[in-house]
Amino acid sequence: MGTLAIEPRITRPDDFYEALIKAHRGLSDEQSRQLNARLILVLANQIGDFDVLEQALDLAREDGVARD
Amino acid sequence: MSGLDPAVNQKGIRQSYSYPKYPFRRPAAIDSDTVERQRVVIVGAGSVGLAAAVEFACLGIETVVLDDDDTVSAGSRAICWSKRTLEVLDRSGVAEPMVDKGVIWRQGRVYRGEREIYNFDLLPEAGHKMPAFINLQQYHTEEYLVDRAVTLGKTDLRWRNAVVDIYLDLDGGGLQGGGGALLTVDTPDGRYQIRADHVLAADGVRSTLRRSMGLEFQGRTFEERFLITDIRMNADFPMERRFWFEPSFHAGQSALLHRQPDNIYRIDLQLGPDADPVEESKPERVIPRVGKMVGKDLDFDLEWISVYTFTCRRMERFRHGPVFFVGDAAHVVSPFGARGGNGGIQDIDNLVWKLALVLGGEAPATLLDSYDAERVPAADENILNSTRSTDFMTPKNQVSADFRHAVLSLAETAPFARTLVNSGRLSLPHVYAATALSTLDDDAFAGKGPVPGAPALDAPVLFNGVEGWLLNHLGQRFVALCFVDLEVLVDDWIEAWNKALADLTPSVDLVVVGRGDIARRPSIAILDDIAGQAFARWAGEPGSVYLLRPDQHVAARWLERPTAPALAAALARAIGRKEAG
Repeated sequence: MGTLAIEPRITRPDDFYEALIKAHRGLSDEQSRQLNARLILVLANQIGDFDVLEQALDLAREDGVARD
Repeated sequence: MSGLDPAVNQKGIRQSYSYPKYPFRRPAAIDSDTVERQRVVIVGAGSVGLAAAVEFACLGIETVVLDDDDTVSAGSRAICWSKRTLEVLDRSGVAEPMVDKGVIWRQGRVYRGEREIYNFDLLPEAGHKMPAFINLQQYHTEEYLVDRAVTLGKTDLRWRNAVVDIYLDLDGGGLQGGGGALLTVDTPDGRYQIRADHVLAADGVRSTLRRSMGLEFQGRTFEERFLITDIRMNADFPMERRFWFEPSFHAGQSALLHRQPDNIYRIDLQLGPDADPVEESKPERVIPRVGKMVGKDLDFDLEWISVYTFTCRRMERFRHGPVFFVGDAAHVVSPFGARGGNGGIQDIDNLVWKLALVLGGEAPATLLDSYDAERVPAADENILNSTRSTDFMTPKNQVSADFRHAVLSLAETAPFARTLVNSGRLSLPHVYAATALSTLDDDAFAGKGPVPGAPALDAPVLFNGVEGWLLNHLGQRFVALCFVDLEVLVDDWIEAWNKALADLTPSVDLVVVGRGDIARRPSIAILDDIAGQAFARWAGEPGSVYLLRPDQHVAARWLERPTAPALAAALARAIGRKEAG
């Protein structure tokens, strides 16, 4: 069973973050939602391992629910 | 139904199929003072009840079938029959007329709007007797089953015999019915009763038996309405399943087109949750919808219309004392995935051999408990798949709609997204993994070949110089399927094994698949693995042995020939002997 990496792995974090925000530039809310959905699917396929994806879902949900 | 011209249905549509009318015969019990006694009574002559009767008949067991009607299925209903269903029905001689008449298909195409986003092939390899699927109207299937039952001569088919009540508390046996069940039957000539040792409740989704026994039927109902219609037209659409998401010809979310024999096509259109079922099933409403789909150049006639919602539900348990619920009486699913009719056939595939062995005194009554243990998880698997398909087709909230949109928009360019598109996961046989009847192997097969609980795999074989199929040499009894290399002399052990297997209860037949020089054929008949596919599919090595149940599912397997006690222990386990451990 794979384990979700929570230590840093992104090679150029600031560049990535900027690119992520930029990708949404000029999009309506609906288009942004669509982009995010597609991006999640593409990244999920890159991860591949269901066990890791499940841990990612847990982490994302835990964090989101705790702070909202 | 009775009293209506059967070729004209409730909406005044004339069907091209002419329904057979089976004769009512006055049951002898009406004129007798004693209660009729029967060993096995099947309630409901639908495809599942009839398939059970025919399977029993092949095993030499007489049954009584009670049905409130006097003809076959009203409307085409279940049209997709899976490879496994055909293999099951081939044991009783019904599959060949079905395949001859049916539309054979294995390709599916999925569209978004006008564009094809992907296609699939359900049976990409050759060397199977049965196709991946055939489409055949349920009324044709039932007609072949009735014909077969009549030919076999072991089934007492009683038309217009409506079971109205069931009573289980016989001889103080309690509600579990130690003394069997007492059925009250209404006929046009009056009422009578049958006391049955065992009852198969095959009386459909609105099962009278389930209701009169006060049993629950729980699950989920989907609000979305669908229009299902059969049309007749002279067109030359290919033999494939076509499914559209967001079709350009229909404002709803999805559409399905499926070809049947007799120039009939099944069309399924999603209408949304607010559609009015009465209005939407009027021909003047249906015709323009269909016209937009098939194109204005084609003339067509309506055969059948139904507007429905889906439910996915099941009984908590399928066995209640002497009563076994099968098919839609026990569980229902949404139609995308063809898991209703095929699931029902697998129920009786699982049940009939068990009852036959118990009736014959060759297995303990505890074997019957395994019907629940094996078929409830199978029903759950069908419900899970069908629920997921329905959820994909009918997004319930914004986030579901967004992800569906994302999947569909990626599917055309990114192959991974196609695996997420769900237009129905088509019926596959359940694997009875780790049930009490299976002997788990030590993984000597490295995960290859059919695992314990899985159904047998077909392959072309040569037998006494005649080309045939492996599955036709199995089934309806226990089989030890042995793989041998003919370069090595095997006469001695075959003789010894034949003797040992015949002494077991129930007896086990030896079926030997050989490869190598057939001129060295030993003294007994051997299935020659002409294409090498039997060895390949079963991960066979010279010396490997599979113990197969009468339903052709694997009970146990050994990479190297097992000892006689090991085989006997696996057999004991497979017939529900508790002490087998």
